[in-house]
Amino acid sequence: MNSLRTNRLLDTSFKYVGIFATLFGLVMLAIFIFNILGDGISRIDWDFLTSLPSRRSSKAGILTAWTGTAWIMMLTALIAIPLGISAGIYLQEYGKKNRLAAIVEVNISNLAGVPSIIYGLLGLEIFVRTLNMGSSLLAGACTLSLLILPVIIVATREALKAVPNSLREASYGMGATKWQTIWYQILPAASGGIITGVILALSRAVGETAPLIVIGALAYVPFVAQSPLDEFTVLPMQIFNWVSRPQKGFLENGAAAIIVLLAITFCMNGIAIYFRNRWQKKINW
Amino acid sequence: MKLIEADDVNVYYGDNHVLKDISLSIKENTVTAFIGPSGCGKSTFLRTLNRMNDYIDTFRLEGKIEIDGKNIYGKKVKVEELRQKVGMVFQKPNPFPKSIFENVAYGLKIQGSNDKDLIADRVEKSLKQAALWGEVKDILNKSALSLSGGQQQRLCIARTLAVKPSIILMDEPASALDPISTAKIEELIFELKTKYTIVIVTHNMQQAARISERTAFFYLGNLVEYDKTSEIFTNPKHKQTENYITGRFG
Ligand SMILES: Nc1ncnc2c1ncn2[C@@H]1O[C@H](COP(=O)(O)OP(=O)(O)O)[C@@H](O)[C@H]1O
Ligand SMILES: [Mg+2]
Repeated sequence: MNSLRTNRLLDTSFKYVGIFATLFGLVMLAIFIFNILGDGISRIDWDFLTSLPSRRSSKAGILTAWTGTAWIMMLTALIAIPLGISAGIYLQEYGKKNRLAAIVEVNISNLAGVPSIIYGLLGLEIFVRTLNMGSSLLAGACTLSLLILPVIIVATREALKAVPNSLREASYGMGATKWQTIWYQILPAASGGIITGVILALSRAVGETAPLIVIGALAYVPFVAQSPLDEFTVLPMQIFNWVSRPQKGFLENGAAAIIVLLAITFCMNGIAIYFRNRWQKKINW
Repeated sequence: MKLIEADDVNVYYGDNHVLKDISLSIKENTVTAFIGPSGCGKSTFLRTLNRMNDYIDTFRLEGKIEIDGKNIYGKKVKVEELRQKVGMVFQKPNPFPKSIFENVAYGLKIQGSNDKDLIADRVEKSLKQAALWGEVKDILNKSALSLSGGQQQRLCIARTLAVKPSIILMDEPASALDPISTAKIEELIFELKTKYTIVIVTHNMQQAARISERTAFFYLGNLVEYDKTSEIFTNPKHKQTENYITGRFG
């Protein structure tokens, strides 16, 4: 057998392996969603979204959970976005490209892969105990900010790196300072990539449970948080709480809450994909 | 009057010695062409005149370059002010991905001007000077990227003119354009030279002969010959120059 035929055979078989792998993922996801929808969709109504948790499954709702998630998202965004983008800009545009920078770069990428529970332990030590925030929304948001900072930093750097050098030269050539060039030209050109990264990072934060359990978020919170220093719960914790109970009614509630959580993450990812596509079209000048 | 004066300029990229003892002076309101085979250092030398090489980590310059009698590599020089005075047009048109108006207004904006009338006025004048006004006056708010390559390049020239430079550096400004657009750019250079000092790198011998008063021939980092354009093309003093302009290498 000659190598051309071997190659072609390899090519074809790889194609089928690829198709199979893709289909496998899609089918599993479809089965999962189908199941969940079957279990929970009938439970979703206005009351479910606006009721406090309760011992009786038919009266329980996810008001505290989704408002907690909304709070956490907002606070995390407020903390992580400015920090992450500034750090990305600094590292990419200002930082010297030396050995130290290379080490920092590798480590930031590594940080993005650290198990989230480790961030929970860090948050417990620093925010809950040392800084005395208690198991509050603020402590939760700070912890999740640490978790997603590396993702935002890396996304920002990638987006800045993708801006063609000709744009920088055009701006410098007009007598712009470095900061003016970054502010008026580079950031707007990179904004699509940065926004995509930020949304994906936040959507990851929305689904995180482990670090919040570690810092002491409660599964049962009978009131809606009024300030960042209040205790809280979030959707994934509420889900965890419900699905670990034996009663069928709570399992249904869990499935319904999963649908809400999935809807939120799908929406966020959808928005991220929209920005990425628009940006990719724009960046080809 | 001498406007640009380079004295024994040596440039290195790391260990690579790319410009060797370059000395030349350029008079006000003239067009000077830099010619020579690829890689001989034309762009590098052009970019030393507005310090665009500063961003390359390995770049190192020795010697002196004076513009208007001031050493532009001196300690007190503000590069931003230098570049307002010494504008640049690049090889590939590189308009900002913004509206046509914003492209031309950018230079004033970064200087802190917010007088709307003045900006609008300057945008119109600059576009007229760059022979582009007629084509874009009704679409000033459209993206600059929707223009053709030739129009984009004239927009880049207009953008440069808007900050009233005295010198305009052009690095093969027409090499990415079709013949008609090229002719328009050349015409434009012809008109601009009454008010501006233009230094242009070109690969095109005819172009150099048509538009420039003086021509500098670079070869392997040396300035081999620098003279009136007519001299260079009809009566070159050096064998290398003759070989190059007659197309025997390049
Ligand atoms: N950014 C850079 N870093 C290192 N070497 C460079 C850089 N730019 C140009 N050079 C080198 O400098 C020499 C002159 O290049 P250049 O000025 O671009 O020549 P030309 O414009 O005449 O074609 C070439 O040998 C090129 O490889
Ligand atoms: Mg060149």
